[in-house]
Amino acid sequence: MKKLINDASAVVTDFLAGFAAAHDDLVQVDHENRVVYRLGGAKEGKVGLVSGGGSGHEPLHGGFVGFGMLDAACCGEVFTSPVPDQVFAATQEVDSGAGVLHIVKNYTGDIMNFEMAAEMAAAEGITVEAVVVNDDVAVQDSLYTAGRRGVGLTVLLEKIVGAAAEDGMHLLALKELAERVIANGRSMGMALTSVTVPAAGKPTFELADDEIELGIGIHGEPGRERRKITTAAETAELMLKPILDDIDYRGSEVIAFVNGMGGTPLMELYVMYNEVRRVLEANGVRIVRDLVGNYITSLEMAGCSITLLKADEEMIKYWDAPVVTPGLRKGQ
Amino acid sequence: MALDLTAVNQWMSAFAADVHENADLLTDLDRQIGDADHGSNMDRGMAAVVALDPGSFDSPAAYLKKAGMTLVSTVGGASGPLYGTFLLRVAGGWPSDGDAAGLGSALRAGLDGLLQRGRAAVGDKTMIDALSPALDAYDAHAGEGIGPALTAAAEACAAGRDATIPLVAKKGRASYLGERSAGHQDPGATSMTMLIEAAARTLS
Repeated sequence: MKKLINDASAVVTDFLAGFAAAHDDLVQVDHENRVVYRLGGAKEGKVGLVSGGGSGHEPLHGGFVGFGMLDAACCGEVFTSPVPDQVFAATQEVDSGAGVLHIVKNYTGDIMNFEMAAEMAAAEGITVEAVVVNDDVAVQDSLYTAGRRGVGLTVLLEKIVGAAAEDGMHLLALKELAERVIANGRSMGMALTSVTVPAAGKPTFELADDEIELGIGIHGEPGRERRKITTAAETAELMLKPILDDIDYRGSEVIAFVNGMGGTPLMELYVMYNEVRRVLEANGVRIVRDLVGNYITSLEMAGCSITLLKADEEMIKYWDAPVVTPGLRKGQ
Repeated sequence: MALDLTAVNQWMSAFAADVHENADLLTDLDRQIGDADHGSNMDRGMAAVVALDPGSFDSPAAYLKKAGMTLVSTVGGASGPLYGTFLLRVAGGWPSDGDAAGLGSALRAGLDGLLQRGRAAVGDKTMIDALSPALDAYDAHAGEGIGPALTAAAEACAAGRDATIPLVAKKGRASYLGERSAGHQDPGATSMTMLIEAAARTLS
């Protein structure tokens, strides 16, 4: 293992110390609970948005705390969901009386820990609603799996719902908007290399020099299929097919998101985006907004994911709204 | 044998030592079908549990309850809520007079908590596949006393753990693998077996 760390067990502590110092104009960090808060605290009358998950996916979620996006992000250990105490502390802190929305990615651990925190918050009289993001088409959503994983769509959802919350939308309407985003967004990922969790010290899986893993998750969980590497053009087709088979995007306007897993140069992400455009055009899907870059990563893994969100007018309006966070900025 | 504070503290210490010694094994099993953190997470949580001062609790149930809350607060992932819920429920049912039937129902309350929190069933390739047969074996031998009942439970638990190898996972992260999860031993069933084996060594 070759990493820029001091001690594998202190990596989250050390990263948060640096993150807090680098972005002290936007956020403040509760180091004891490992929660990133928006500078200035809860805004009166605004619904609090709390997300969180394992660390190692930066800028998600801490990097999306700030004006127009999240109010708090709870940082777990690397690839491990935060504990209920963290989520409960964040929920209490950001509640200004308008209630709190939990944005949870669909993983067994995340669901259980956010559920326990919501029970604790409810016992304190805080109104909490939760939405579960489950956009990864690599996993079959059936009784025989834990369901589709939450991946790239989480970024688009936090932006759109964050802007709506900033606009004063109330809790139940926000939840409805978030659920509409979830219903209309799908993703698919792929890996060129494996990933090494610092505490494990060894790659999570082995991938030969000429192999790719299609349908990879953001924790190095193996995907649908292992196959020989091919061109970006064919890779884009292989990744988009299951997305286009899952939801009928034909004739729709979409927000297209090509996300880097952490170890892939932007140059290659733009190559992929160009291929995504070509495939979507051939399938009668119109890209109206886009996002290309490393936003929900898997440590040093090389690879990418593609997310398509069938966007209605309201979603586009909130996508276009200003946002000022360490990880995503947009002006008026 | 009394199920007193000292015995319960020995149980937790023995489990913590096993988890620590086998942290790499647990993480390695998790690497094969999950996300390579079960050993390090459980090790961190149990280190926090053994750091509790048993002298500051007035009953074994109070100590076990705090141990469960400590796991919920320190482990994260699915294991934190699951092991935490298990110990909280076991604490809630802890027998005051130390009889075998009472311990059996306390452990079964723990299993019920796991079923509720994890929404998993027998055969899903989870820790339930080790714990459920273990408690059936316990009940079958409860008439012989706590010692023989826990010994039988530990054996059944290990057999249940081994029987997870051919199973296809239907819950948790391993379920993403579908058929590819077959052929691997479930990490949660492995740590659960350590917990029941530790009980057999310390509570009987």
